[in-house]
Amino acid sequence: MKTSKQNISRRNFIKLSGLTGAAFTLGFYFPANAKEAKIIKADDASVLNVELNAWISIDTSGKVTIINHRSEMGQGSFQSVPQIIAEELEVDMNDINIVFAQGSQTKYGSQITGGSSTIRGSYQRLLKLSASAREMLIESAARQWKVEKTECYAERGHVIHKPSGKKLHYGALVEEASKLQPPAQVELKRPSDYKIIRKPLPRQDTPLKTNGTAIFGLDKKIPGMLYAVVERNPRFLGKVKSFDDAAAKAVPGVKHVIPVKMRVFSHDREGVAVVADNLWSAMQGRKALKVVWDDNGFEHHSTEQLYAKMNESFSTGKALSFKTKGDAGAAYATASKKLEAVYETPYESHSCMEPLNCIAHFKDNKLEIWGPIQGPDWVQKDVADLMGLKADDVTVNMTFLGGGFGRKAFLDYPHEAAVISKAINAPVQVVWSREDDMTQGPFRPGMVYQCRGVLDGTRMSSFETKVAGQNMGHQNPGANKKSYNSSITEGFLETYLDSIPNYSFSDVPLESPIPVMWWRSVYSSTNGFAFESFIDELAVAAAMDPLAFRRQHLWNGRYHDLINKLEEVSGWKSRSKNAGFGVAITECFNSIVGEVVKVSKATDGKIKIDKIWAVMDCGWYVNPDIVKAQVEGSIVMAHGAAVKHATHFKDGMAVERNFDSYKMSRINEIPEIEVHIMDNEEKAGGVGEPALPPFTAALTNAIFDLTGKRIRKVPFSLDQV
Amino acid sequence: MASITLKINNKEVSVDVDPKMPLLWVLRDVAGLTGTKYGCGISQCGACTVHLDGNPMRSCILPVSAAANKSITTIEGLSDDNSHPVQQAWITEQVPQCGYCQSGQIMAAAALIKRIPQPTDKDIDSAMQGHICRCGTYTRIRKAIKTASLISTQKASKG
Ligand code: FES
Ligand code: FES
Repeated sequence: MKTSKQNISRRNFIKLSGLTGAAFTLGFYFPANAKEAKIIKADDASVLNVELNAWISIDTSGKVTIINHRSEMGQGSFQSVPQIIAEELEVDMNDINIVFAQGSQTKYGSQITGGSSTIRGSYQRLLKLSASAREMLIESAARQWKVEKTECYAERGHVIHKPSGKKLHYGALVEEASKLQPPAQVELKRPSDYKIIRKPLPRQDTPLKTNGTAIFGLDKKIPGMLYAVVERNPRFLGKVKSFDDAAAKAVPGVKHVIPVKMRVFSHDREGVAVVADNLWSAMQGRKALKVVWDDNGFEHHSTEQLYAKMNESFSTGKALSFKTKGDAGAAYATASKKLEAVYETPYESHSCMEPLNCIAHFKDNKLEIWGPIQGPDWVQKDVADLMGLKADDVTVNMTFLGGGFGRKAFLDYPHEAAVISKAINAPVQVVWSREDDMTQGPFRPGMVYQCRGVLDGTRMSSFETKVAGQNMGHQNPGANKKSYNSSITEGFLETYLDSIPNYSFSDVPLESPIPVMWWRSVYSSTNGFAFESFIDELAVAAAMDPLAFRRQHLWNGRYHDLINKLEEVSGWKSRSKNAGFGVAITECFNSIVGEVVKVSKATDGKIKIDKIWAVMDCGWYVNPDIVKAQVEGSIVMAHGAAVKHATHFKDGMAVERNFDSYKMSRINEIPEIEVHIMDNEEKAGGVGEPALPPFTAALTNAIFDLTGKRIRKVPFSLDQV
Repeated sequence: MASITLKINNKEVSVDVDPKMPLLWVLRDVAGLTGTKYGCGISQCGACTVHLDGNPMRSCILPVSAAANKSITTIEGLSDDNSHPVQQAWITEQVPQCGYCQSGQIMAAAALIKRIPQPTDKDIDSAMQGHICRCGTYTRIRKAIKTASLISTQKASKG
């Protein structure tokens, strides 16, 4: 497989792949009102004037070109998509050339890399598309040889006639295959027959990332490009009152100093941009700039106020009900064996290693954007709206992303770049410093959970959770602030609820000017801690083994399989009493993950994490090594949020500005992580996020097991338990 | 502005820049070597690590004037074909996820195995704990350093 670094327009793709020449191109599109994608040849698509959603194109040399319509931010779509195609198309990975697609909602449907959806959203269509192309190639060979199609099969880019051993290269068949119609039905391989899928093939983008040649957003340069840095109001709704640019303009290289606004949900974030012919000068100019902010009338909140408000709101605020059965309130009021606990989680910064940046070139009422962008189609549409352009006049080019985690799906930074480019009438790269990136948000919202449970013998008979915190949906223009948060059970094994007669889940929204948004695994990242800590507390109250307690509430065999595996690999049953083992299981984006953490006390009394076991059930998957890497990475990110970092607010501003105060997990703090993947016939679930939510509870449950101390507030320090 | 002669990856390069400009930005924006990354600018993350006379150095806080007449090696100069034992090990162990931190990680690891050909876990901890990987590739980095050490001993015994 080769990856081509250039971004291509549809026209270039046609040229590049020979779409209109002697090539065989098959794609799919979504007919209006249809639920299913339809497979169609490129020629017919142009006759019918439909835009293809994804293509496979095979040229006369047998080379296969495919479009990668997802961004690559570390999750390995570079590898996974061609692996899927090579399997059913019966070609070698080396024969596949993959190119990035540009953002276009109309062409590709949603391109967002979020919700761990890269594979989940498209694998069945890709399998079918590849198998259809293969069948057409086999068919055209059979016709040429005048033999039965059933006597032929495909292997490594060739069609072979079994009885005679005759062999034809795909390249020689493309012209004939282009004349056939795609089969109405194709049979897909069973996972046990896979030759390429399920194999831990090395990622093809790795060599680009070990020799410095991978081009991230910050590395991209376009001719005539200027550099901008922006001094933005550090308070979330503040404005620019005035600025003095004399000293900034005196810095050699500085070309413009202009006020700028970018859209953050329903508000404009105001700042002053310093534009120079090189980045260093722009940064020096910014230092010399004097801005007077207007923060009049805006709330200068602090972390203390926010959390006091949230905690109070359990008794004073109006809870918006999301899900209920029976009467949890009455069950709790009258129960004899009951438990209440409150769990607190912090605001967090995404802090991708590559700080935000974006290039924009606004010219003749057209806009072209280059950058590390998770959702190119959203950026195309939303930035077009904000700039008063037609979506077709906006082109979005993706580079490699130095991390995304949800943050690079937001449109503020491309919008701001577009505004600056338009104002100065030149292409410009806007670079955010680490401090900008860490203090401006949007942040992962901090949430507080009030959980109440009732035991009937050793079983849960009532489960009640009230959640206080910001509802991301409430930030959008015109949002109904009385709407409940439908994400408050994410992460929770909802199958538990089938065996619980009374439950209630509700939220009391906190309205705050702090912008918040998705952070790897979204609300599950905090929900998982509360729910799986509380289940552990209930298991302890029921005097049961925490895994056995969970198992008895789950009827579905899939969960039992996962629990059995977890028990087996972690040596759960042979552990001694209070040896420091903790477990948690969560479900997120259709994948179930169980984790066991083992802790011990070092001689200095500090808690040490000895080992982590994770069992991932993501259903159908492509590349086990990529799945494992994503589980490892999710655990490390969860570790940071559990015991290392948090974003605090003071006087209306974020306190932590760089890695000296927002402390990251380091190599010496991460123990061995042993990952197992379940093999089953379930549908594909997410891979990039679902291993994050269970970690924190598994850790604090382990600490309880070792020390008897229950931790209900994160982050906490392992040195001071 | 001042004219400064730098020796980058065994080539002499003359740059005309503010002598206070950190080496990082000279490498990236003047010399066009974008493999060295910006992550924090305050010596906290290691993304900008290069070798200065063979020693790992944070280029984000090093004024370019301090690098004059010294030999600078960036990721691009470690090898041009991924043949350095650390690069090979990084590919074998499939370390990178997003990849952004990896130039710095690789430069630090290369300096480590040069100094200590068979590093212990403790050696790895102390050499690498200044390097942040937000994607969480730490367990693989540890493994890859051990693999790199193996590869380079094999190379040495062959060569
Ligand atoms: S950029 Fe130099 S240490 Fe972070
Ligand atoms: S691989 Fe992404 S930060 Fe290290």
